[in-house]
Amino acid sequence: MPRITVSSVFVDDQEKARRFYTDVLGFQVKHDVPLGDARWLTVVSPEVPDGTELLLEPDGHPAVRPYKDALVADGIPATYFEVDDVRAEADRLRGAGVRFTQEPAEMGEVIVAVLDDTCGNLIQLLQHA
Amino acid sequence: MSDDLFKALADPTRRTILDELVDTDGQTLFELCGRLAMKHGLSSSRQAISQHLGVLEAAGLVSTRREGRYKFHYLDATPLHSIAARWIDPTERT
Repeated sequence: MPRITVSSVFVDDQEKARRFYTDVLGFQVKHDVPLGDARWLTVVSPEVPDGTELLLEPDGHPAVRPYKDALVADGIPATYFEVDDVRAEADRLRGAGVRFTQEPAEMGEVIVAVLDDTCGNLIQLLQHA
Repeated sequence: MSDDLFKALADPTRRTILDELVDTDGQTLFELCGRLAMKHGLSSSRQAISQHLGVLEAAGLVSTRREGRYKFHYLDATPLHSIAARWIDPTERT
């Protein structure tokens, strides 16, 4: 039975992404392995250090930027993170200068908000009500 | 008065889109689709909602603004004044 151990987002700059995902969002680096001109750079939640890793993958392939731009224009998130309190987390992140394209809103059984990760992606925060 | 206005208002999904923009003005396509699906049980595809927005925009009821890399949709109720002017205001004047 397969398990989800790594998921990925395409980032425009791995070092900038490392800083945003750790310093701002609060993840911690799990693996940082040099691979030629790129790195195998993954982060995890400090609450679940052995949980699913997020790979911060370079977006240099010519197909990736147009794909990301089209998703961002329509407000579509690249991936989803769960938090205990979306409104409190949105307040904290806004205070840190993070831009939201969707303020916290109840959508059925969840409360969701969408932020810009500054690396070319939108990220949805999700709280189970 | 444009027939586009009445055609746009004739569709219940499009009226719901306007309701949601009254609730929160300035939404991405993604947020609108989420609200329609979760709050109203409307299972239209993203493409279908995008087409509905195009009809509303053609009727002047929705305007879109690009802010940097994002695109937001806003309600513009101005065309509805033409309805009031045609049928409501004349009776008020008598």
